[in-house]
Amino acid sequence: MRGRVWKFGDNVNTDVIMPGKYLSMRDPSQIAPYIMEGLDPDFGKKARPGDIIVAGKNFGCGSSRETAPGGLKAFGIGCVIAPTFARIFLRNAINIGLPLCECPEAAHEIEEGHTVRVDFSQGVITDETTGRVFRAAPFPPFLQEMIALGGLIPYTRRRLGLG
Amino acid sequence: MGMTITEKILAAHAGQKVVEPGEFIRARVDVAMGNDLSAAGAVAVFAQIGATRVWDPGKIAVVFDHIVPAKDIAAANLLSTVRRFVRQQGIAHFFDEGRNGIAHIILPEQGLCGPGDLIIGGDSHSCTYGALGCFSAGVGHTDLAGVWALGEVWLKVPASLKVVYRGAPGPWVMGKDLILAAIKRLTIDGALYQAMEFTGPTMARLGMSERLTICNMAIEAGAKSGIIPPDEITLDYVRGRAKRPWTVHESDPDARYAGEIDINVNGLRPLVAKPYSPDNVVSVDEVAGVKLDQVFIGSCTNAKLEDLRIAAGLLRGRKAHAETRLIVIPASTWIWQQALKEGLLEVFADAGAAISTPTCGACFGGHMGVLGKGEVCLSTSNRNFVGRMGDPGAQAYLANPAVAAASAVLGRIAAPEELAEAAR
Repeated sequence: MRGRVWKFGDNVNTDVIMPGKYLSMRDPSQIAPYIMEGLDPDFGKKARPGDIIVAGKNFGCGSSRETAPGGLKAFGIGCVIAPTFARIFLRNAINIGLPLCECPEAAHEIEEGHTVRVDFSQGVITDETTGRVFRAAPFPPFLQEMIALGGLIPYTRRRLGLG
Repeated sequence: MGMTITEKILAAHAGQKVVEPGEFIRARVDVAMGNDLSAAGAVAVFAQIGATRVWDPGKIAVVFDHIVPAKDIAAANLLSTVRRFVRQQGIAHFFDEGRNGIAHIILPEQGLCGPGDLIIGGDSHSCTYGALGCFSAGVGHTDLAGVWALGEVWLKVPASLKVVYRGAPGPWVMGKDLILAAIKRLTIDGALYQAMEFTGPTMARLGMSERLTICNMAIEAGAKSGIIPPDEITLDYVRGRAKRPWTVHESDPDARYAGEIDINVNGLRPLVAKPYSPDNVVSVDEVAGVKLDQVFIGSCTNAKLEDLRIAAGLLRGRKAHAETRLIVIPASTWIWQQALKEGLLEVFADAGAAISTPTCGACFGGHMGVLGKGEVCLSTSNRNFVGRMGDPGAQAYLANPAVAAASAVLGRIAAPEELAEAAR
């Protein structure tokens, strides 16, 4: 995946990623326009599918609302790169197939507006604007399998013998 | 090598003798909790999985709390979908309007969780149940649907962080202040991925209401779970309530911890978390004087009977300030009824409070007290991020119910002593 970078700070919480007023809306395509509204009310109009979010530590902290990663995925955000992710957000993202890359160096050095290419299966992040290449921390084997399967739904179907 | 209480519970549910921090396990779940929002999401995912029957309807609890009574048409349709699913699946532990409460108060109150359990909840404050000596963690609705289908959950075993409270809390210092003190020390991600284990001589002075408040906010330090090892207070609470047998575990003397923080409660002042983070904690004295448009006494953090009694004690014979709205939302139907019987609701009504049926309400900016641009609220809830309670231009301060009551009367943030000493 390859896209333009939007940069955010530390502790970006799920209330700003997907505000509470949208919680009764369940259709991901309905809520996608409102992603990151708490930090930037115009984000949904400025960003494009394929764009990449680069942020500070503890991205996705706070509420477990799955509409936070769900909205990012529905919008078409290609990947989120950060030094660390909050626990529930990380689980949710893996479960639904939103790519996350844990890489402090990339999160620190990549700037807003850069163009970045991510090979998620290899964990390689290339900042095409500067030429710098970074490696994201690999997920443990158990999670790599889940990700390769496509998330928790295919995983559970397989466990139930449904396919 | 010894294990912590959290490790023992996880090992028991993974069918293993031993687990170690960092290890991935598949654990059997005792109770899967979904609220109105997460259950709605899970119903849709359950269908995508292609499962037809939940693994065990007796081990699922569905509690309507965030958007009830239906806050708009979208909410009403969402609730209908979940009701249909609950009926089809024969889920008995279902709490709808008029016989409900906030999930994290309902499960302990109704005896649906107990020591030694492993609980997965579709809400980040599911860590609350750890006050009863069980492992409990929050998840999203896809995970919840997965548990509904399989009866188990994948987990990475957390390292345990010991939090030791020593000393005696002063008259207006409550569980809320104890956990705010820990969050201040750790900051918002200081306990990231860890199981916070709350111990120390102070715990014996804390009833279950204060313990639930403490575990409720473990997530705000980034923790996966919070737990209080069971003692006589725990067992007194659980006897006569618990609907299933329980197992008491305790940490081994040689258990390993990722760290330990010690908090001296002697002389601790009531604390307030300033905008815009639960870890932006200061003494109430530092923010006394901030004018308030709204005071919210509610949420899974601080709207239990004990919290309402404390607030009513300060509001009795007094009125909320003319320019400050006071909203009181008891956390469950049972608590609401007890508050009625004890005359607490009359105290709140006489003070000019808007009293509601149980709901999360204003806490998450959903309904029942949403804030407008530029408004300032003091809330007994657990989060105050930008836009949490409404307009991004609003501000929320978090505090205990005593501070909330005093502040409602004076129309500004106030230490409870200011009110208790003032002539009526």
